[in-house]
Amino acid sequence: MYSEVFPSIDQNELMSVIEEVGSRDVQVALQKDQLDIKDFAALISPAADPYIEEIANKAHQLTVQRFGRTILMYAPLYVSNYCTNGCRYCGFNHQNLMERHLLSHGQALDDAAVIASEGFRHLLLVSGEDPRYVDEQYLGELAVKLKGRFSSIGVEVQPLEESGYRHLSECGVDSLTIYQETYNTELYSEVHPSGKKRDFNYRLDTPERGALGGMRKVGLGVLLGLGNVSLDACNLALHARYIMQNYWRTQVSVSFPRLRAAEGGFQPYDPVSDRTLLKLICAFRLYTVDAVLVLSTRESAQFRDAVFPCGITQMSAGSKTNPGGYSSQDDTLEQFHVEDSRSVAHVAAAIREQGYEAVWKDWDPLLV
Amino acid sequence: MHSDVLTIGDRTFQSRLLLGTGKFASNDIMRQSIEASNTEVVTVALRRVDLDAPQDDMLNHINGDSILLLPNTAGARDADEAVRLARFARNAGCPSWVKLEVTPDPRYLLPDPLETYKAAKVLIADGFHVLPYINADPVLCKHLEELGCATVMPLGSPIGSNKGIKTRENLRIIIEQAQVPVVVDAGLGAPSHAAEAMEMGADAVLVNTAIAVARHPVAMARAFAKATEAGREAFLAGLGGSSDIANASSPLKGLMWE
Repeated sequence: MYSEVFPSIDQNELMSVIEEVGSRDVQVALQKDQLDIKDFAALISPAADPYIEEIANKAHQLTVQRFGRTILMYAPLYVSNYCTNGCRYCGFNHQNLMERHLLSHGQALDDAAVIASEGFRHLLLVSGEDPRYVDEQYLGELAVKLKGRFSSIGVEVQPLEESGYRHLSECGVDSLTIYQETYNTELYSEVHPSGKKRDFNYRLDTPERGALGGMRKVGLGVLLGLGNVSLDACNLALHARYIMQNYWRTQVSVSFPRLRAAEGGFQPYDPVSDRTLLKLICAFRLYTVDAVLVLSTRESAQFRDAVFPCGITQMSAGSKTNPGGYSSQDDTLEQFHVEDSRSVAHVAAAIREQGYEAVWKDWDPLLV
Repeated sequence: MHSDVLTIGDRTFQSRLLLGTGKFASNDIMRQSIEASNTEVVTVALRRVDLDAPQDDMLNHINGDSILLLPNTAGARDADEAVRLARFARNAGCPSWVKLEVTPDPRYLLPDPLETYKAAKVLIADGFHVLPYINADPVLCKHLEELGCATVMPLGSPIGSNKGIKTRENLRIIIEQAQVPVVVDAGLGAPSHAAEAMEMGADAVLVNTAIAVARHPVAMARAFAKATEAGREAFLAGLGGSSDIANASSPLKGLMWE
């Protein structure tokens, strides 16, 4: 498991690599087909700035060749904001005095009906991390009810045991998203003062438990702005490649969530600029050529339209980040504020205007 | 004049260029590319098709009267999944034809020979015309042929790579030995690659990425159609052999100088 591999990565040495890359390393990385972690570090470094157009062009070409001019559309469905964790950066932090809500299956189906009516066939079930409210039984039963309406169902919930993922797989769930948030163990402890999430290694091994439990796609990510962005990105890249090499039947996706203002007033430690985020997307495309790269509505419409051709293959639209948000139109319980508030149709039109096809179905429940 | 038609199963085709439908920027560009290619066989990923919705965009753009719609099982990781998809498609009204793809590896999408064989066996017994996508393995081709597959579809290089024919020696053996049509599938990135496969004696080629991601997909579809025809014509005309030493164009003339 990766928790046994991770300690062997000397973080100081990795930081030295990051600090020492220069212009020549960027040029070398651009010439290579198979990049190593030094190449990746070079592409996200300040030394890459003068080459950003060249890097973006290469990322674009690779993406078109591998995925075509298509963007897979998905929507998140928040089923609960109950959480047992005390994450300092998250609106769902159990200490935040906010109204908590758990959707009954009926209420979740109401939200799902709105999502389906907008054309989505790929759904991501999201919740805070409180197994007293949302556990594998709740999710499994809901997935069975949703199966007829959606062709792909993913989960972004608290880490489960392998048996939990196997149960969800049998109920029709095909993918798992789990963010490590940061690979800096000290910072991880600091920002996760309470709750089961304090167990760094348990979270680190979650993608593998998912893969072993039958999840076809596992999504990884760090919270951009929490830790040192270069170091976290390099660790994320290494983790992604480890999964690809050790679980050859599993597809890997990488998301790029930038920290946003949330209930509790947390401010990002290391804010990530638009330019840095663009470099990250391009670097992941070049380093993990076949990974699905995901961009959510956390980002502004202007930014999303500008950067998605540089490597993104999956996007959400019209997202609500609060339980019941689609059918009740009440945004007060949201986990974070979405920046791209355009309608689903508007986002799809913007994708088409750039010569891409918005793909609504690229999976079939018969495959699960 | 003897007509040169391609026969697969119980159907005949004038065109020897088969087209894939993934990766196009729009359904309209896909439709125009299909027309420009003159293809008569179009393969569609079942996972992309909403069989419950007859108004599904992708299928609406393919003329099912003149074109054989060949469902494929892309996304299937094992024989069971592939068989389920194929049967479901047939029950939903698709023809009993299937391009069998079993690719447990989501990165290079390389076909699993064992699971492909297992699925082919079940589907043939079930009455399907099975066109299996496989690695360029001559022995596997003979096994699949003996099972009753309608074609074999060995790859030229990994799918979507556009790297052309990197499996040349094995393809040569497959073509030499095959008793069913050989369709070179995957990796053909330029019209010259299609011509090369046809010159080698392949019965047909299947192309997707090279056309779908070209700057002008419709023009590229036309170019592939011409190259496929040219390669076929060259094969039928009989290519001269190659040699490392110079040969006089008139051997007798050379003899007179001795």
